[in-house]
Amino acid sequence: MSSVTDTKAKITIDGQEVTVPKSYTILQAARAAGINIPHLCYHPELAREGNCRVCLVEIEGGRSLAASCVYPVSDGMKVYTNTPIVRETRKTVVELMLANHPEDCLFCVKNRHCELQEIAADLGIRKVRFHGERRSAEIDDSNPSIVRDPEKCILCTRCVRACSERQGLDIYCIANRGFGSIVEPAFGLGLDKVACTYCGQCTTVCPTAALTERDDTQSVWDALADPDKYVVVQTAPSVRIGLGEEFGMKSGGIVTGKMVAVLRRMGFDKVFDTDFAADLTIMEEGHELLHRLKNGGVLPMMTSCSPGWVNFVETMHPEIIPHLSSAKSPQGMFGATVKTFFAERSGVNPAKIVSVAVMPCTAKKWEAKRPQLNDSGYRDVDIVITTREFARMIKQMGIDFMGLPEEEFDSPMGLSSGAGQIFGATGGVMEAALRTAYEVYTGKTLENIDFRGVRGLDGIKESSVDLGDGMILKVVVAHTLRNAEKLVQRILAGEADYHFIEIMACPGGCLGGGGMPYPTDTDIRRARIDAIYNADARMKYRKSHENPAIKELYETWMGKPLGERAHRLLHTHYTPIEDRLK
Amino acid sequence: MAIKSLDDLRKIKERARQSTAARHENETQVIVGMGTCGIAAGARTVMTAILDEISRRGLRNVSVLQTGCIGMCQREPLVDIVRPGEPRVTYGNVKPEDVPRIINEHLVNGRILTDMVVAKI
Amino acid sequence: MEKLARAHVLICGGTGCSSSGSKVIIPALREKLQAKGMEGEIKIVETGCHGLCEMGPLVIVYPEGVFYIRVQPTDVDEIVETHLIKGRVVERLLYREPATLETVPDYDDIAFYKKQKRYALINCGHINPESIEEYIGADGYEGLAKALSMNPEEVIEEIKSSGLRGRGGGGFPTGLKWQFTRSASGDKKYVICNADEGDPGAFMDRSILEGDPHRVLEGMAICGYAVGADEGYIYCRAEYPLAIKRLRGAIAQAEEAGLLGEGILGSGFNFTLHIKEGAGAFVCGEETALMASIEGRRGMPRPRPPFPANSGLWGKPTNINNVETFANVPSIMRDGAGYFASQGTETSKGTKVFALTGKINNTGLAEVPMGITMREIIYDIGGGIPDGKKFKAVQIGGPSGGCLPEQLLDLAIDYESLAKAGAMMGSGGLVVMDETTCMVDVARYFLNFTQDESCGKCTPCREGTKRMLEILNRICDGNGREDDIPLLESLSRSIKAGSLCALGQTAPNPVLSTLNFFRGEYEAHIKDHKCPAGACTALIGYKINEKCRGCGLCKKVCPVDAISGEIKAMHVIDELVCIKCGACQAKCPFKAIDKG
Repeated sequence: MSSVTDTKAKITIDGQEVTVPKSYTILQAARAAGINIPHLCYHPELAREGNCRVCLVEIEGGRSLAASCVYPVSDGMKVYTNTPIVRETRKTVVELMLANHPEDCLFCVKNRHCELQEIAADLGIRKVRFHGERRSAEIDDSNPSIVRDPEKCILCTRCVRACSERQGLDIYCIANRGFGSIVEPAFGLGLDKVACTYCGQCTTVCPTAALTERDDTQSVWDALADPDKYVVVQTAPSVRIGLGEEFGMKSGGIVTGKMVAVLRRMGFDKVFDTDFAADLTIMEEGHELLHRLKNGGVLPMMTSCSPGWVNFVETMHPEIIPHLSSAKSPQGMFGATVKTFFAERSGVNPAKIVSVAVMPCTAKKWEAKRPQLNDSGYRDVDIVITTREFARMIKQMGIDFMGLPEEEFDSPMGLSSGAGQIFGATGGVMEAALRTAYEVYTGKTLENIDFRGVRGLDGIKESSVDLGDGMILKVVVAHTLRNAEKLVQRILAGEADYHFIEIMACPGGCLGGGGMPYPTDTDIRRARIDAIYNADARMKYRKSHENPAIKELYETWMGKPLGERAHRLLHTHYTPIEDRLK
Repeated sequence: MAIKSLDDLRKIKERARQSTAARHENETQVIVGMGTCGIAAGARTVMTAILDEISRRGLRNVSVLQTGCIGMCQREPLVDIVRPGEPRVTYGNVKPEDVPRIINEHLVNGRILTDMVVAKI
Repeated sequence: MEKLARAHVLICGGTGCSSSGSKVIIPALREKLQAKGMEGEIKIVETGCHGLCEMGPLVIVYPEGVFYIRVQPTDVDEIVETHLIKGRVVERLLYREPATLETVPDYDDIAFYKKQKRYALINCGHINPESIEEYIGADGYEGLAKALSMNPEEVIEEIKSSGLRGRGGGGFPTGLKWQFTRSASGDKKYVICNADEGDPGAFMDRSILEGDPHRVLEGMAICGYAVGADEGYIYCRAEYPLAIKRLRGAIAQAEEAGLLGEGILGSGFNFTLHIKEGAGAFVCGEETALMASIEGRRGMPRPRPPFPANSGLWGKPTNINNVETFANVPSIMRDGAGYFASQGTETSKGTKVFALTGKINNTGLAEVPMGITMREIIYDIGGGIPDGKKFKAVQIGGPSGGCLPEQLLDLAIDYESLAKAGAMMGSGGLVVMDETTCMVDVARYFLNFTQDESCGKCTPCREGTKRMLEILNRICDGNGREDDIPLLESLSRSIKAGSLCALGQTAPNPVLSTLNFFRGEYEAHIKDHKCPAGACTALIGYKINEKCRGCGLCKKVCPVDAISGEIKAMHVIDELVCIKCGACQAKCPFKAIDKG
């Protein structure tokens, strides 16, 4: 037998012969044959369940129809994807979903982004023949980040799998059975009462509006309309690389200038850049690492920019809190700086400043509400909206986004380095920190500033940097909380001889965040990553400590990294979740 | 009880068969008259003696039955012995001490105890 | 040595007889025997089920084999005085044939048992299920001993040539299933006994587990040897406490005897068994859901392939059969496949246990050769329909099955013929219905069951059965719509074709088969707003006719004061107030109240 037939299967789909790897499902094989079988519960990155029964096909000799998303191909198999029984059954299945689903498409937040809506349209469903009992359940908006509307749930369990498989958290489970089945946190508790990190990965996989980000856009409009308010905005590194997707650009297109332009047109008084604050974070976090190295501090030190990760530590592993860097996240540093440094410089009453953050992240909404983040004397950040909400606001304005001119951020908090830009990708914070730590530690200029060992989509990436004098800095980078848990276990077992660990809660980093445009998959993440590093490569400054705006800030106002003012404004502390729930 | 082989299994089977033998009506039968008259004349002790004797000898495939008054009350206790293909023989005035003889001679070896016979059917 | 007892009194301790009071008979009998000084000569044996549960509590007195029915503690004196002492049968406690009303003293002469061929049930009711010795006395564990003297392939070959097929519903050839698991690669393999019997009215598995638990253990051990498994699970629903107790006892005895555990019967074969109690979800009878439940996960089925033979419990090759299937195995092994293969039809060999319930005289369990007709089961064994009513249909195969009408009574029953008739063998539950049963209501009953038991995983079953039930409910309530029948048919097609597991795939069967044979009844409900069987309360009404003498009894008995009228004058029912309970009709001495 030739090696081809060992690994490949020849199957016939709708009369067309295709040869595909034996590991393929019928759905994958059909795609290779140019047939896109509709599907809902199937998600290429999650375990296959075969529960929605939309992707049904007929297999010659089969007793009933088969779910093509789970059914493996086998040599000689004959598959039909478009027979009368297949069409009728698919249609009935979707009709049954619609019969137990609110008919509010026109004013649903997922209108035009809903996979159920799309499939219903594709299948040509013109009426629902069944009218009876519908699932009735309360909307859970108990937390600042995620809204759960069980009435819109079609029980595809993508959220259950995403939470379990990506994050290792199992926040959602199926309760009850039969028609009473419902996806909810254990015991029907609100998301504020369980170990949810608000990472929002569930919202990125939900095909309907059963799980969405909390919509805070109206608060932004209200602030902008209030003549007494001075509204400033910061935009995170990942927003500019995902936003274009909402306006028809293919993944990986960067829209920084247009984004700045549209924010100005919205009426923001100042359009600043979170990348600036990312540079600031590197200054503080980098120095904190060196301080810990020199003074026998707790090692390995772990990053604290990802609020999903911070929430995870506080909830699941309060024992490793001493490992977390005390440096605030860029959003947090920006918030504390804008209402102090910027207010002072520009003569604006900080009480009138409304600080808005546009983030790729749902957990940032929760972070902004952390009680300790009020070092400016006010709430450091007032409103957080995600990339998706931001796109909706732009659409509400009716503005031709793609036709906008490219504009520059305002100063002084708009200038950033490439190091700040790469914060959006897994490994980016590490790389940015290494660029600065190396030069500060060695006093030498770093020649090759690309730390390729920490880039890419591998779940856990180990690397090391020779700082000279026998000092090898051992670092590791992990993304998703499932991978983070592995590193935590190594630390707890005393097997982690790293100096510095970067964790981002979402796959791919912030660019795969819970608030980024739909859909997000591996290819899209990769395209966004490439965009980020390309942008970095084109930047004038590529090291945080070389950013002139940062230098100026320290020299004229902030003092030294880890200095008194920096300590007060740019550092924070963490609290075990038990305390917080009390 | 550890069964290590088919032989062990069969031994237990034999034993079990004996203790459940009463669940088949066998062709070889001992029938005791247990009407009021029989019991008054001591049929109970005769019955017990019969059961003891059969157990003691490990006899299998014997049914011990009881019957009511058959109208020879003066000859009670009455004990009938039935062997396959042979006439039913009735013994009268049976006392417990007669039982081993009846069982051994007649039931096992087919020799009728003519001195005690009251009827043959 | 145990002293010989001249008589054995077998008292059924099965769940059916226990619930009709057999538990209190045992102490009453023991007390009476002691009082008479007979405790040494009479042995009391608590057995498993005899199958004729309708007539329980059952007491059988050996050696004569006299069969007493509905025995109460007050009857004990008479059984001892008259039967055990004087050797006279207690006539009034004997079974009477429903057809002739003649008493039948002998167990073996009762028509209910005469047509049966007990194979899987051979020991049930005849041995003490809590005694491994009695099981061994009844040839127990000889099948295992014989299997261990053969090689595993030969064992599988024997099962194959017996023609045994899965008794749990699907009817998959058992030997072939074993072979799949044997051929699957893997060091660790499992055997699972599916004892999650759940079809409404089916209780053959429970009877076997309660009445002859060792038979199941032996069957599983033989299977373990054949497929190469050293560990097994019995997944038994927790609603069967007696079965679980007997199984636990039996496993302990078998372990002590060296018939389970390490080096069984001096061979190199090891086999250990565990009991896993199910929490009562019907869907856990589906093999992949059952395994998920054993693993401690939510009991939901998963798509196949992979099949359990390749990836089953904890991902290991696993062979699953149900209780009745395993119960057939020891005798097939001991006696060879010949007898079993000689019974039944071309495609369906051996005997099958059916559970008779509904409008039938002898409700209970009957084991008959495949190929028997429904008429023989219902009339010869089941004693026909009570109260002189007319037979209407028999539902077979539980919620997955269908209804067979009168014209199919002479159908020779096997897996294929039933499937062709739109029903299925299922686990063998038979529900007999007479002319007063509404077939729409029957379909609704079964759909309500599956709807209730749907796990909720896949859309067609979760949502579709709900919509079907809603439609059936409105038809029964008199609100059926013109297009409800085509709508039911369309939904049925999609649910059958699209559901993930057999529960959903077969859920529409009761609707489809009633639509097939009794479509007129549906139409009568929808178009004429009539329930021909007079069962759907929304569609019936009571009227007083001219035979009324004005006695006033109906007025007195009516719970809602819907009847008015002067004494000796014709009475009237107010339809708006009437709740259609039928109490007036039952009370009227003049047949002056019509239902319609």
